[in-house]
Amino acid sequence: MNVNASLIVKLIAVAAIACVPISGESFYVELVAKMLLMAIFAMSLDLLVGFTGLVSFGHAAYFGIAAYSVALFTAKFGQMSLWVMLPAAILLSAAAALVIGIFVIRTKGIYFIMVTLAFAQMAYFVFHDTPLGGGSDGVYVDARPTAAIGSWVPFDLDNELHMFYFVLVMMLLVYLFLHRVLQSPFGRVLMGIKSNEHRMQSLGYFTFGYKLAAFTLAGALGGVAGFLYAVLFGFVTPELLSWHESGNVLLMVILGGMGNLAGAVLGAFAFEAMREFFADITKYWQLLMGGVIVALVLFLPGGLTAIPGRIKRALQGGGAK
Amino acid sequence: MSQTSKNEVLLEARKLTRRFGGLVANQDIDVTLERGMIHVLLGPNGAGKSTCINMLSGDLPPSEGEIRYLGKDITRLSAAQRSQEGIGRSYQRTNIFPQFTVLENVRLAAQSRRQQPWRIFSKAMEQQWALEKARACIEEAGLGRRVDWLSGVLSHGEQRQLEIAMVLATDAQVLLLDEPLAGMGSEESASMVAVLKRLPQTRGILLVEHDMDAVFAVADRITVMVNGQLLECGPPAQIKASVAVQQAYLGTEDSFHV
Amino acid sequence: MDFASFLIQVLNSLQYGLLLFLVASGLTLVFGIMGIINLAHGSFYMIGAYLAFVLTSATGSLVLAIALGIPLALIFGALLEWALFSHLYKRDHLEQVLLTYGLILIFEQLRSLLVGDDVHGVAIPAFLDASIQLTEVMSYPVYRLAISVVCIVLAVALYYVIQRTRLGMMIRAGNDDRSMVEALGININMIYRVVFALGVALAALAGMLAAPISSVFPNMGSHVLIISFVIVVIGGIGSVWGALVAALIVGFADTFGKVLLPEISGMIVYLVMAVVLLWRPEGILKKG
Repeated sequence: MNVNASLIVKLIAVAAIACVPISGESFYVELVAKMLLMAIFAMSLDLLVGFTGLVSFGHAAYFGIAAYSVALFTAKFGQMSLWVMLPAAILLSAAAALVIGIFVIRTKGIYFIMVTLAFAQMAYFVFHDTPLGGGSDGVYVDARPTAAIGSWVPFDLDNELHMFYFVLVMMLLVYLFLHRVLQSPFGRVLMGIKSNEHRMQSLGYFTFGYKLAAFTLAGALGGVAGFLYAVLFGFVTPELLSWHESGNVLLMVILGGMGNLAGAVLGAFAFEAMREFFADITKYWQLLMGGVIVALVLFLPGGLTAIPGRIKRALQGGGAK
Repeated sequence: MSQTSKNEVLLEARKLTRRFGGLVANQDIDVTLERGMIHVLLGPNGAGKSTCINMLSGDLPPSEGEIRYLGKDITRLSAAQRSQEGIGRSYQRTNIFPQFTVLENVRLAAQSRRQQPWRIFSKAMEQQWALEKARACIEEAGLGRRVDWLSGVLSHGEQRQLEIAMVLATDAQVLLLDEPLAGMGSEESASMVAVLKRLPQTRGILLVEHDMDAVFAVADRITVMVNGQLLECGPPAQIKASVAVQQAYLGTEDSFHV
Repeated sequence: MDFASFLIQVLNSLQYGLLLFLVASGLTLVFGIMGIINLAHGSFYMIGAYLAFVLTSATGSLVLAIALGIPLALIFGALLEWALFSHLYKRDHLEQVLLTYGLILIFEQLRSLLVGDDVHGVAIPAFLDASIQLTEVMSYPVYRLAISVVCIVLAVALYYVIQRTRLGMMIRAGNDDRSMVEALGININMIYRVVFALGVALAALAGMLAAPISSVFPNMGSHVLIISFVIVVIGGIGSVWGALVAALIVGFADTFGKVLLPEISGMIVYLVMAVVLLWRPEGILKKG
């Protein structure tokens, strides 16, 4: 696909998503809103896995920290201003990612996977066990943040439509932001690190700093998704930080094809759709899902990253380019 | 620049020693590299040439000894720090970013001299200074016709030239080149030798190489290593005439006839 | 804390740490020798516990259940290595993570289908169902002591196998240099299969031993898996003795943490890991 065709497809997809509320079915509006915020989550992880080559198995921590911050701040201070709460949630997730990053970026390969998982589990325990988090039952968000600036109210997150379009706009902003970042000199260094970190070092790059920056940025954007989750569903539990969520978001990234932002969005939509509909149809859905994953890994020599290429070649019929 | 006078000592290693467990891979190696010079590190397989170059580039910490660059002690610096000082290297195995174009490979190398990671909204492909430098270095490495090619599809010889271009783009004064001619056909080899001969005017090159014709075509000075130890060091004529070198080589499969 | 309760905590720490060692030793060997990250290792612990429950219900004796369960676990491990893991050796870590994550989903669902989602208890064998009187008001269950004894015996046996036998020599060589082992003409695939099956059996045995004290419940493997990761990180990948030391550290940190700092007890082992990462990122016993 050339650049224009790809752009047109994306615009049509966005237009189609924007039309979902016309259906008038609250169920679908909420489901698609969830897909959109999961798309943000998946893109934030893709920055690490697909573009920097850091396989984090603990990304749910940053999602959960932002989500909990909404619940806990609202419980303590009453209804929050959106313009305070959103930056605060992002900052908290970024700060957590920065601190954890200082520890985990020192490790490589298998160690990195294990250590990210372990730190996410530690965050899980913070909300599960300590008085701070409200225990395993979770916490309700008593009131959605208000968008009011003084007496002017540009939109109202309690309104289902406003909420939906707010999530959609946030997803587009994150997409455009990451798209831009990846074209920057900074983004190129991340791709270089993924391709060959050792070579980047011998070219004079202090890769630790770049990786830490990417880890922090990914945490911050994961925080955006977590914030939206808490606002949309009005309820948070420690399970948001569990390693199953970390595994699921990793699956989304891989489903869509790593190192491809639009792919991460697609992966999130596909995963949530499967989770929603297969779980309805069959109680064996976990078995199906697990079987599919195992089969994918076993029967795709050259790895899962080869799938998009295969599909692309199949679609092009070997003719174009 | 007054500093770029010829014969100035760029890199100086004294009594470099590296042990792996009980094995001594390098023992008391002295290397001196002057500006304007191609210095070849020669020796049979397993002589410890790669270990030596890895210690000089910062990829491997020496067990003992000292390395100075322009008089400054750099023994404890990392590879990235040494690159920033002005020491660049290429690897024995081709080590490029295959999914990038030739230009982007070299531009990324040039970018390392002026890192501005906080400018996340500027476009890498609009960094004019880096692009200009990259183009010049590609030209210097003899790859001018391949600027827009995906580097992964270049021939083996061209990929080695690309590596040279990347090192040049880092403003390296010292080029540590690990077997730049390895696996090349005779024509590719000849064009690489031509590139190498053009490079040293303002720089110093330390080369590990097996190809004898090429070695004597480009070398100003040769250091011969055997079993991790320094055997002899001098101009090509002296090395050719050396009995010790001939004996060392005749005792191995790598024997050469001069 | 008086001396008797201190002693009880020490015994608990030892028992918990040694049990974790059984799980972590297999994990670290599979990491170190085969270069595989296995998220499903915790599932073997879970499977062991459920085996203990099912077999004890059938035979009426935990001892019999363990005697039957260990060979079953060995066969299961060897089959799994043959069918799945042997295809993973040359793959990247991400694919290993994926496949083993998929396995967890499968194992948990199968467990749910076959045994259900209820919590079950397993009876302590009658001859161990006693306690030792430490003071007038405190006693210590014999079964927990028995667990520690079994684990110590196994640790010694493992030490003997790795240090003294031909298999152990191959394991150590494979740990250091795979190509050398192949050059010597040793069948590395067989070593891998044996080591993997051994790791599965050790984890399953840990689950069987733990079943009477922790009871048997869904997802019981995931916590053990993550703690085992922490142990491997602290001890250094591939180091069995690192795993032993780290498992004991974690056992003591967790047990005493629950007593002394109950509010943050869940996090203590992770804090220990963080300190080790700063101090020695390659693990405390990793060879330089």
